[in-house]
Amino acid sequence: MPNDTLLRIEDLILHFKTRQGTVQAVDGIFFELGYEEAVVVLGESGCGKSSLAKAILRLLPRNVERYQGRIYLENTEIMALDDEEFRKNVRWVGISLVPQAAMNALNPVLKVGEQVAEPAIVHLGVSKAEAVGLVKKMFEHVGVPEDFINRYPFELSGGMRQRVAIAMSLVTSPNLIVLDEPTSALDVLTQASIFNVLKRLKKELGIGFILITHDIATSSELADTIAVMYAGQIVEVSDAYHFFEKPLHPYSQKLMASVPRLHSSTEPEFITGRPPSLIALPKGCRFKERCPFRFEKCDEDPPVFQKEGRQVRCWLYA
Amino acid sequence: MNSLRRFFKEISQYPSAVIGMLLILGLVIFSIYTVITIPYEEAISLWRGDENVWYRTPKTAQPKWINWFRKDDVPETFWLNTAEGDGTKTEEFSNGTNKIFISLPFEYNSIYFPQEMSIYFTSQFAAKEPFVDIKMITPTGEEIRIGSFAVGRKHTYRFSQDQKLQRRLKGNSPEQGIFMNLTSETEQLRAVPGTYELQIEGVAFEENSTVDVEFVVYGDVYGWAGTDHRRRDISIALMWGAPVALAFGLLAALGTTVMTMIIAAVGTWYGGWVDEIIQRITEVNLILPFLSILIMIGTFYSRSLSVMLVAVVSLSIFGGAIKVFRANFLQIKESPYVEAARAYGASDRRIILNYLVPRIIPLLLPQLVILIPTNVFLEASLTIIGLGDPVLPTWGKLIREGIGNGALLQGQFYWVLQPAVILLITGLSFAMVGFSMDRIFNPKLRSV
Repeated sequence: MPNDTLLRIEDLILHFKTRQGTVQAVDGIFFELGYEEAVVVLGESGCGKSSLAKAILRLLPRNVERYQGRIYLENTEIMALDDEEFRKNVRWVGISLVPQAAMNALNPVLKVGEQVAEPAIVHLGVSKAEAVGLVKKMFEHVGVPEDFINRYPFELSGGMRQRVAIAMSLVTSPNLIVLDEPTSALDVLTQASIFNVLKRLKKELGIGFILITHDIATSSELADTIAVMYAGQIVEVSDAYHFFEKPLHPYSQKLMASVPRLHSSTEPEFITGRPPSLIALPKGCRFKERCPFRFEKCDEDPPVFQKEGRQVRCWLYA
Repeated sequence: MNSLRRFFKEISQYPSAVIGMLLILGLVIFSIYTVITIPYEEAISLWRGDENVWYRTPKTAQPKWINWFRKDDVPETFWLNTAEGDGTKTEEFSNGTNKIFISLPFEYNSIYFPQEMSIYFTSQFAAKEPFVDIKMITPTGEEIRIGSFAVGRKHTYRFSQDQKLQRRLKGNSPEQGIFMNLTSETEQLRAVPGTYELQIEGVAFEENSTVDVEFVVYGDVYGWAGTDHRRRDISIALMWGAPVALAFGLLAALGTTVMTMIIAAVGTWYGGWVDEIIQRITEVNLILPFLSILIMIGTFYSRSLSVMLVAVVSLSIFGGAIKVFRANFLQIKESPYVEAARAYGASDRRIILNYLVPRIIPLLLPQLVILIPTNVFLEASLTIIGLGDPVLPTWGKLIREGIGNGALLQGQFYWVLQPAVILLITGLSFAMVGFSMDRIFNPKLRSV
């Protein structure tokens, strides 16, 4: 079973309609994820990372223009389920979400214990007393003291709130958790301890993670696979080891070069220009304007090329 | 439970809130007492009342407490009934006649004359009516012959209507002439206080035939609230007004706020055409003339309290509050934790009840409390303009009847002022609590 695929996403598209035009926030996303694996989706702000999380969990706003693709969760096509089936069988049962800014993701008028118990009560149909037992177990997993059950979110520190949010995603014991920038508002020490929690959970509970982040350094802690996202598209999918060794896509290379290094005289680089607006995307390769290796081919849409078992969307590897 | 105690602890720091809550508590106890001592049916029949119920009370008498503020007390209303053991009654049967002697001594303490005096006779006989002879003994020992006549099974003797007696009292009307010192020339317009005695000698002509009398002196004060133009005790309406007003106020306020909140929450959560329809209904409803519709319902359909309650609630549900709630819900709906709840698969109902509604409660509670007196006043106002419940005695009805019967022109202020003051206190108590709650729940207002 460990080598089976837990989640496979093919050609996932999510476009929004706005007054300015169509926002192609998620446009042809693909990757695979096995049991007990972690995929890190890397990308800069505004490239559609959070929209990807929403698209996976079908948390759609009102102004969706196009939403299609195929998502297989343990060989079930979850895109084919209707909303009610999706709510009952996928959300939290199959895939949990730790939302962005988990600090605000807790209901201020519910005690955190009740809050964490909510998904269990909704999905598992357990009694309140049983749910409290579950909550205590989850708190132990993520390192929150048991007596915090009766506290309100505002009585908790940021790190504790993040842990509570993670505990909440665990309570129905799903196989897959989507973490949307779980550590972006925390200091480095707290970040480290949260990542230790995640690592332990991955090992102990065998949970797969989709970690959405812009933080390359911390993501390397957890990642088995790296998926790099640029302007709504996946530009590279690679196993973590080879990715950090030698990224293939020019954008990935630039991204790696932008990370400051300890004990090194190389200056961190930045990428010239700005990412294209998701409303008015250029024809052809979306990175061509900023790419140092640009050539004529780049004016055509690049398909995904296989290279040494890695996938990359760049004409250089044709 | 704990949070309730905390709430009381916090609110007790506001003296106005404490006073308000004590007043509300008093009103609630008063209402419960009323409903227990005067059951609904009894209150209705008393208030519908005719001469049979209220024959012993004077017309438009002031409340008793008026005497606290006067140098010379005005006479109180009282009655003596031999059937209930007042006075003494002796019977002696011999030679086929039953001789009855009744003595009813009473204290008269006022220097003012009573409004009126009556004697109600009830007698039992088979064929021949008993015969009575009535005398009054004044404190000075003088004996005034009132009259003698045969009495039927029910017979009423009114002193004021006895022309012969008036002539015997040198032209003075009997209720005055009996109590004044007729021999003195100077003190003629004052009553002489002291112990008077009404003596009735009766002759019945059968063995088991007897006479019972009830002697009523109608004073100028009666009870703690006075009486109205139909001799009804105003205290009944004052007492029954409390449960009616509180029930109407509470039900209307609760019904309106809760329904408004739920509708606003549903509209905001589902959005789209649901929200659209709710908003348009609200806007149309806002320009509908509230009072005119109520008057129409009252005139053409029914004026019963429950119909009015339903009308008031259904006209207020789609009120301005929907816009206020909606504005808040829109904000809450977009907060990350609602999206998180959606992500973990909470149903729409769960999100509305567990996530949206609790956030609005701090806004809702003070509004609810302040809405109660608004509806109490509304009920009173409707009654005053003639849309009150046709049978229930209420505060508004007292004010309406008082004004309608010239209470204010004739100086019968107690009739209108008593219900008005109670209304005022009710409104004030809820307002004091409501404003304090507003300061606790919405601390941002504190600086304003």
